[in-house]
Amino acid sequence: MNMELKEALQKFLLRLGDNALIQGQRLCEWCSRAPMLEEDIALSNLALDHIGRAQVLLDYAGQTYGAAKSADELAFRRSERQYYNFLMAEMPIGNFAYTIAKQLYLSAYEELLYEVLSQSTDTNLSAISLKAIKEARYHFSHAADWCVRLGLGTPESHDKLADAINELWAYTDEFFEMSDCDLLLLQHGIAPDQEVIKKHWLDKIGKVFMRAGFTMPSEVYQHHGSRQGIHTEHLGHLLCEMQFLQRAHPEASW
Amino acid sequence: MKLAELETNFERKIQAEEKIEPRDTMPEAYRLHLIRQISQHAHSEVIGMQPEGNWVSRAPSLRAKQILLAKIQDEGGHGLYLYSAAETLGISRDEMIRQLHEGKAKYSNIFNYPTLTWADIGAIGWLVDGAAIVNQVALQRTSFGPYSRAMFRICKEESFHQRQGYEIMATMMKGTAEQKEMAQDAMNRWWWPSLMMFGPHDGDSPHSGDAFKWKIKRKSNDELRQKFIDKTVQQAYVIGLAIPDPLLKWNEEKQGYDHGPIDWSEFKRVISGNGPCNRQRMEHHKHWHEEGRWVREAAEAYKTRISTLN
Repeated sequence: MNMELKEALQKFLLRLGDNALIQGQRLCEWCSRAPMLEEDIALSNLALDHIGRAQVLLDYAGQTYGAAKSADELAFRRSERQYYNFLMAEMPIGNFAYTIAKQLYLSAYEELLYEVLSQSTDTNLSAISLKAIKEARYHFSHAADWCVRLGLGTPESHDKLADAINELWAYTDEFFEMSDCDLLLLQHGIAPDQEVIKKHWLDKIGKVFMRAGFTMPSEVYQHHGSRQGIHTEHLGHLLCEMQFLQRAHPEASW
Repeated sequence: MKLAELETNFERKIQAEEKIEPRDTMPEAYRLHLIRQISQHAHSEVIGMQPEGNWVSRAPSLRAKQILLAKIQDEGGHGLYLYSAAETLGISRDEMIRQLHEGKAKYSNIFNYPTLTWADIGAIGWLVDGAAIVNQVALQRTSFGPYSRAMFRICKEESFHQRQGYEIMATMMKGTAEQKEMAQDAMNRWWWPSLMMFGPHDGDSPHSGDAFKWKIKRKSNDELRQKFIDKTVQQAYVIGLAIPDPLLKWNEEKQGYDHGPIDWSEFKRVISGNGPCNRQRMEHHKHWHEEGRWVREAAEAYKTRISTLN
């Protein structure tokens, strides 16, 4: 594999791994805070799937460096500008409706993404994707079911979810950005055409909104930045907390 | 059958070591005792998620984070089985939570202590879950069927928790000077409260009389405490941890350890509401329960809407 392609793959793997890690880290915040015990368990289950996925993806990403890096080194020793997760993933958990809207947008995307990646010419990535599809499918149906319940539940739940859906819409277009690295990986059959995923994604989200009694959000300014490692202010605080022990005791193993 | 005959039937079953099932007639005091005990047990699982949850976001490796998450998830699951077991006795989960919030139902005192360093996560798994297992293994033989069956399931998972806690401690004791210091400090802070988890000495235990007669409780507080000490001391020594009890000594005759006096004034202080985290734990639970109200209402409203449509 030539250098340019290897670097593109590395960035792409970091993006996937970081998305899993940062979403997982956010979901952990629901521990002992969910509206009911069953949901506490469900959300920590989602968190667990994401952290597990992050471990596998970052492990693979680590192998693309000249001197191999472990998944933990990548998770706990990089700074904000070296992270490539979507802005959506790092947004705070907000209220329950906000978390559900985040999960809906992200897991709908991930289900479609990993379906395509399961056919990737990169055999490691296709193997990882086969497991990820199953998880994402469950994550999506969990979020979609809650959208319907909240959408058709009470006026209060409907309004809360409507607010979340509209507010987070501004962070969705970034999912589908085709950077140079995406174009290169597409040429080699490693990564998908995000434009194609976008069409399916809009369709998938539209169907949930129809079931739940919402209309598609009106077009708003779309925030981008994560492909270049430019983030919201939220990420730095999340990393501070997550990386605390590794940074405070650099010599220690745990 | 007349009530007297039904109650004799209850006595006969207890004597014959048969399990009492939810539909069986049972003395009202037996039912109330079990509701009190099982709901306290369920609340302990749920409140216990807080001190452990305190470190999920700061777990020092991806592996450690996954193990801790899985463990907390198990605790939540235990809470669910136990709430369900209590519900078979004719009380709803909502009512049990109301009693918790009103201070009428308790949870294990141990969770009123804070988790200050990562080593505390090790200490909780190893010592607190270790103590809980000793208690719960004995409860597998308890006379109420649903409670006994819940204990079998729970014990399997708890032994995994204890191993993960011990592994955290063992790893830290092999680590840097600071890690060792953290591990010993956690040991020093959690040892005595763990011993207190078994409750007062047998002579001072207020609920034990009926509980023994009805075979809800099968072993005394002191017997269980002794069992815990005997299995734990060796484990501590193996990884180089000291037990913070200068009077701890092997007793050849009883083939067990003698330990120093437990500070029951601390136990009473914490149990009566003045532990370091009592207020925080309850406020957290109340706050998030209240925050979730609109979601539970929406789920109920949706269920009603769907059932009317069908």
